[in-house]
Amino acid sequence: MTALVPLVVLLPLIGAATALVLAKRPQLQRLVTLVALVGVLAVGIVLLIVVDGGVPLVVEVGGWEAPWGIVLVVDRLSALMVVVSAIVLLAVLLFSFGQGLADGHDETPVSIYYPTYLILATGVFNAFIAGDLFNLYVGFEILLVASYVLITLGGTEARIRAGVTYIVVSLVSSMFFLASIAMIYGAVGTVNIAQISQRMAEIPLDVQVLLHVMLLVGFGIKAAVFPLSFWLPDSYPTAPAPVTAVFAGLLTKVGVYSIIRTETVIFPGSELNPYLMVLALATMVVGVLGAVAQADIKRMLSFTLVSHIGYMILGVALGSAAGTAAAIYYIVHHIVVQTTLFLAAGLIERQGGTTSISKLGGLLAAAPVIGILFFIPALNLGGIPPFSGFIGKLALFEAAAEQGTVLAYVLIAAGALVSLLTLYALIRVWNMAFWRPAADVEDYESDLLANVTEAPHEKAVVETRTTPKLMVAATGGMVAVSLVLTVFAGPLYGIAARAGENLEGPGFYVDLVFGEDGND
Amino acid sequence: MTVSLVLLVVMAVLYACGIYLMLERSMTRVLLGFLLVGNATNLLILIMAGVAGVAPIVADGVSPEEMTDPLPQALILTAIVITFAVSAFLLALIYRSWRLAKEDDLDDDEDDVAMRAGGESLLFEDRDDVTEGDTEFGTRAQAAISEAAELDHHVEPSRETKK
Repeated sequence: MTALVPLVVLLPLIGAATALVLAKRPQLQRLVTLVALVGVLAVGIVLLIVVDGGVPLVVEVGGWEAPWGIVLVVDRLSALMVVVSAIVLLAVLLFSFGQGLADGHDETPVSIYYPTYLILATGVFNAFIAGDLFNLYVGFEILLVASYVLITLGGTEARIRAGVTYIVVSLVSSMFFLASIAMIYGAVGTVNIAQISQRMAEIPLDVQVLLHVMLLVGFGIKAAVFPLSFWLPDSYPTAPAPVTAVFAGLLTKVGVYSIIRTETVIFPGSELNPYLMVLALATMVVGVLGAVAQADIKRMLSFTLVSHIGYMILGVALGSAAGTAAAIYYIVHHIVVQTTLFLAAGLIERQGGTTSISKLGGLLAAAPVIGILFFIPALNLGGIPPFSGFIGKLALFEAAAEQGTVLAYVLIAAGALVSLLTLYALIRVWNMAFWRPAADVEDYESDLLANVTEAPHEKAVVETRTTPKLMVAATGGMVAVSLVLTVFAGPLYGIAARAGENLEGPGFYVDLVFGEDGND
Repeated sequence: MTVSLVLLVVMAVLYACGIYLMLERSMTRVLLGFLLVGNATNLLILIMAGVAGVAPIVADGVSPEEMTDPLPQALILTAIVITFAVSAFLLALIYRSWRLAKEDDLDDDEDDVAMRAGGESLLFEDRDDVTEGDTEFGTRAQAAISEAAELDHHVEPSRETKK
């Protein structure tokens, strides 16, 4: 079974190379990309079943034993993240097939888009199964370099401008991460996560706090935690719709995943948790206030993305098994729902010619299917029962109430308020873009539009384009997956809860890497 | 752990210069800053390896205590390769934005400008319109030279006139 683990990284990497060679054969290229991702999804599901059955999967690359060689570790959290990422990558891939077939690849230059997309997948999967801090850094760099290419795709002026913000911020966060790896190596003499965890307790407390804060700054920029979240709403919305969707779903979650590992394995029961809770509060509130002020749907969604990162950080900062489990379920829910919403925004843009709610109207009559595809994830993100957003928030609030401190209750109140404001921002889109008759758009007076900010460089309404069935089908598939999260919430939450228990204290992870008796 | 003072000072200077350059508006300077910061971080890893010793090759008469720690050097090699790839991408990006705007300065975000000017954006007025022609060193390069000539006459051609 351990032979399957490296496939998670190898399949998309080999697929990328093959797709690049096949640059002049677009159809074969698409086929290769599809096969690679379907393969990873299949492998991921097998891994999840095996790992959840209680068989740990640890690969010592090249046969070098754990502290010396590189280890790949698949526990429940890793396997779950691999499966969800593969689903999202596959759905977005189908979406871009549809877009590419309809538009003749103006938006997505065919020769490099698919290879780069697979490289991005490689980086994401590598980060999820890395058992070694430096390997995690390499995974981050792979996905970041691919994301630099994707965000500046086509090289228009707006994308270069937005891309520069994103790239420079990412460079700084990478340097932070690399410098903290260097200092951790200086302190404990290893980069193996399990061994760091064993030795970290012997380090003086002030050095521990310094290393901890440096790691958190590096990951916090990637995860868009306030006050390191400013770059995200500025850079995501200009990229092509599928690229934005996959970035929004996955890239920030890789940062959150790394924060979970940091908090549970390297620095368990840290003194910094109350501060992290304050940051979670600020992330939630500041993010959603930004969302409420936006007229552009993509920018609004980018702000809600920042806001909901706060919920995950809250779950991690609680430092309990229940909190971590709730955070894991919330990550799964949010990856799926946020991607779906960005895909739906892409459909709205094609149908209405713009993504500004002050110019859209009459979409429900024109395209009822898009209406449904937007409405369900919108309610889901806002936390309306019985959707997965409600389940995730409920679990988070329960875990917070279990802790019972004043700060925890403040966060519960803020969380409820933030989900209400999220719902407000999303339902306003619904009211304006879908319910408002198209004839009323000119000279429309409403308090709902009184104080919203348009996107910079807002263009006039371009001609509407037909919406290929494949794009609608891909978005519909994602909506179906989000409903599955509700219908099968029991078993899924079971996996999350067991993953949370495994992550309560570093013992499980360390035993996994070094074997039960301390040696393999 | 013994640390070489020279390496430490060089690292600090590289970090200081690199961060200063990364805060500049020009993308080329950001690239140079990134290179300096990257090398400073490589030095940091090297410093964390501890004192230098003999090559870590197992041979008779060499005890492990005398050897250099080889792992940080492997990490540095990987980091150098990554920095190299990112620099190549940044150069392509700079060239592209030069082609687009005939200069590699980052444009002001219109939101920010409007906020700074209290509602009206005045800073763009002096800006020359980019003329046609798609060569790499076209009109803007000539403008830069003529501006340089003006340095003799005007004591302080402030940044505002350029933007």
